[in-house]
Amino acid sequence: MSDVLHHHIKLPEGSIGKQTTTLNLGPTHPATHGVFQNILELDGERIISAEQTVGYIHRAFEKIAERRPLYQITPLTDRLNYCSAPINNMGWHLTCEKLLGVQTPKRVDYLRVIIMELARIADHLICNSIVGVDTGAYTGFLYVMQYRELIYEIYEEICGSRLTTNIGRIGGFERNFTNTAFEKIEKFLKEYPKVLKEFENLFTRNRIFMERTIGAGPISAERALNYGFTGPNLRAAGVDYDVRIHNPYSSYEDFEFDIPVGTTGDCYDRFLVRNQEMWQSLRIIEQACRKVQEFKGAEAEVYHADVPEYYLPPKEDVYTKMEALIWHFKIIMGEIDMPPGEVYFPVEGANGELGFYLISDGGRTPYRLHFRRPCFIYYQAYEELTKGAMLSDAIIVMSSLNLIAGEMDA
Amino acid sequence: MALTNEYIRQRLTEKFGEQVTNFEEPYGMLTFEAPKELNLKVLQFLYDDPELKFRFLTDLQAVHYPDNKGRELAVVYHLHNLTDNIRIRFKVYTDIEQPDVFSATALYAAANWMERETYDFYGVNFVGHPNLKRILNVDEMDYFPMRKEYPLEDQTRIDKDDEMFGR
Repeated sequence: MSDVLHHHIKLPEGSIGKQTTTLNLGPTHPATHGVFQNILELDGERIISAEQTVGYIHRAFEKIAERRPLYQITPLTDRLNYCSAPINNMGWHLTCEKLLGVQTPKRVDYLRVIIMELARIADHLICNSIVGVDTGAYTGFLYVMQYRELIYEIYEEICGSRLTTNIGRIGGFERNFTNTAFEKIEKFLKEYPKVLKEFENLFTRNRIFMERTIGAGPISAERALNYGFTGPNLRAAGVDYDVRIHNPYSSYEDFEFDIPVGTTGDCYDRFLVRNQEMWQSLRIIEQACRKVQEFKGAEAEVYHADVPEYYLPPKEDVYTKMEALIWHFKIIMGEIDMPPGEVYFPVEGANGELGFYLISDGGRTPYRLHFRRPCFIYYQAYEELTKGAMLSDAIIVMSSLNLIAGEMDA
Repeated sequence: MALTNEYIRQRLTEKFGEQVTNFEEPYGMLTFEAPKELNLKVLQFLYDDPELKFRFLTDLQAVHYPDNKGRELAVVYHLHNLTDNIRIRFKVYTDIEQPDVFSATALYAAANWMERETYDFYGVNFVGHPNLKRILNVDEMDYFPMRKEYPLEDQTRIDKDDEMFGR
């Protein structure tokens, strides 16, 4: 019998002894939500080893930045974590302001906080609802997507674009928030809690969701720290590290909010931490809106710092006043020299500590700029997280880590 | 007692004497330098010391200074003590002809890809790294693109046929 079989089916040499399967997951697999490639070694459905390949959409931002004046680097930061571009923009402006020694008025800080927390909600909402999609629950995703749309409308009202926002300038914002923007923020604050509650009702105690996520891709606090985890992923493992508390920037010290932490660091804890963070972000936005409304008279119109060397003058002045024209020309042509120095500035990005390491040699462009991209650093742990897990767990681990290809590959 | 820059500096000088140099505090962050042979010893000391406890590697990258003969490449470590919430920056310099620096992967799992990235762009050879190969660029690349001898394209060049694509 076996002779007959061998006669008809020619198996490759040595293949009969092979017990495992190699599966190429990605780079354009619909379940990877981005350009990631994982070469998985499978024993049945169990993962023996995973090897990640990154760099498919590497665009050499750090090199490009070495030829650009500061304000032209903001659009590059948009394209890092594009799910929460405003946080990257603000982080970059804050880095520049630290290097240049620019003090921003309180109102600018609060407006920035509003926009950053909206971005955080948009990012967490995508991440958590995608975890839902990957576990087979599509409905939650559709529920919340409407509110991401509203957040994008708010961005649009403030800066004119939706995804790659290029929002704000060094020293403040390009224009004041309009009344429509505030109305939309009010609307969001009023309606979103109900939707978020509904979203939580769908998932948090959902038996199927819990079975899928509890125990999937767990990591201990110690390992997480060793792997350089930051943001919600680290907090899910039980470490209460948050840049907004530890190194407050943009007047975060004026706000009252909690840091939610998990215990096991698995997909379920990461999901819960993100949900809780959305509630905290709502709290912060509410406080910020109240603080913004407290400004009266001329103060209520302030939306940028008084730094003519870095902040563009109003257009009508450019056409009528000599000095404004000179500054306009110098800024646009990138002819402003920076002070020499080196700065590391971290902000709490939606998926971890986003850091900017800027070295200036006194020229017009950075001598060196390095982005600390949180998901590039913690994606290393993917192999450890998925070892021995089922193939379907590998998918949800990937989505619950909140990996963004644009940020990873810079 | 909260940890201060002066105290960290004092502890480092006690331990390594004259070998840790160039103490600076740009924008408040303690920055110092050590010979590259000592990088692991310094990192290990900062990690193990019960008071210093710099156990979180925030970032690792290289900088190229083509004019510094014999010490063209700087490898920069950003370390964070999460208990006392203080950050420091530690630099080692290496010759570009022989850019060997000991790998910190045994101490920090996070250093693995950061060192691969640094190797990829600057060609720093991390001795003892388990898998030192290119990460973001293609494997076939035979140069290190972030080094200063590779300038970006001149924006004003005119020798290119731009009928089709424009400039």
